[in-house]
Amino acid sequence: MHPIRRKRLTIVLFLLAGIAVAVGLTTYALRQNINLFYDPSQIAAGEAPLDVRIRAGGMVEEGSVLRDPESLKVEFKVTDFNASVLVEYTGILPDLFAEGQGVVAMGRMADNGRFVADQVLAKHDENYMPPEVAEALERASAAKLKAGDSSSADTAY
Amino acid sequence: MWQFFHKLGSPKWFFGIATRLMPWLLWGGALLLFAGLVWGLAFAPKDYLQGNSYRIIFIHVPSAFLAQSVYVMMASAALVTLVWRMKLADVFVKAAAPVGAVLTFLALFTGAVWGKPTWGTWWIWDARLTSMLILLFLYFGVIALGAAISDEKSSARAVAVLVLVGVVNIPIIKYSVEWWNTLHQPATFKLTEKPSMPMEMWVPLLLSVLGLYLIFGWFACLRMQTEILIRERRTRWVKELVQAEGN
Repeated sequence: MHPIRRKRLTIVLFLLAGIAVAVGLTTYALRQNINLFYDPSQIAAGEAPLDVRIRAGGMVEEGSVLRDPESLKVEFKVTDFNASVLVEYTGILPDLFAEGQGVVAMGRMADNGRFVADQVLAKHDENYMPPEVAEALERASAAKLKAGDSSSADTAY
Repeated sequence: MWQFFHKLGSPKWFFGIATRLMPWLLWGGALLLFAGLVWGLAFAPKDYLQGNSYRIIFIHVPSAFLAQSVYVMMASAALVTLVWRMKLADVFVKAAAPVGAVLTFLALFTGAVWGKPTWGTWWIWDARLTSMLILLFLYFGVIALGAAISDEKSSARAVAVLVLVGVVNIPIIKYSVEWWNTLHQPATFKLTEKPSMPMEMWVPLLLSVLGLYLIFGWFACLRMQTEILIRERRTRWVKELVQAEGN
């Protein structure tokens, strides 16, 4: 390679490396702010600030959804399988909201350790499958549970 | 290898190659894209959770994929501009930038349309969506900077530096869903690992992505030819070409 071109190439590569390091350090310093939500373990450990609007994300615990028959009020637990947080919400939930599905709730921590949400978003995972396959999977796991294998709890979300 | 590389620097040689290549790119791309979209939108099975609304993936993923891919191609061309001072590389950057901007917009728009029924919101400032918006602004910046400087050589260098600086955004877009908590889910369409969807959804998606690549290739060739004709309008081969067309 021609020496002038080699010099130019070196300068360009240094420029790129410098920018990459600068951006890398910035995003590393801001990583807490870039994270969209706190997970329940972080909230339980007291990492989430009180009285500030934050987002809490995780999976809706199976069997934890309680709907008030008189109003749109709903209560559910959000879990990451280490800790869980009780969420209160009044309003219409997105279509994909269901037990065992991921959600991100926006709101603030109340004094009694409850999370009062004013917006609930459903978090979709990267798995797509036809309805028949999903049914077959469900049947298979139900059969497994009947056979006494209790360790097959589905933890993917 | 080096001979091919130096030939590539000749606008006249490229013009001829592009003319021969373009019908293949156009018809191959149209065929693949048509097959992928018809299969995906009408015949692929629906998703167990989202029903039919997931079908927007057949437009969203190809355009998002290409939007990033085009930027990487532009960055490689920008490196060639800065190191080898090849004019054709700059022609490619100028030709590809508006196409990339349109693809990025399409990805953001289809994502918003899908996000409303699925997540419950059109827009959220999570890392994936925000870094994709930055990509759109980078494309706008490249287009504006290229148009603002009238001197060909300084315009080429300035644009190349901007494109190269912006390329750090590409790994951020790609890995944002793994490095941080985001509302956007991790990638479904993967080339290196087993995809998280059955074959009858993945194959039409692959066809659409490949088809869009070829269509982009055709469009890039077309725009590069136009740009070459404008830049080389005083050379003899362009004058001869125009005269031959006129007769």
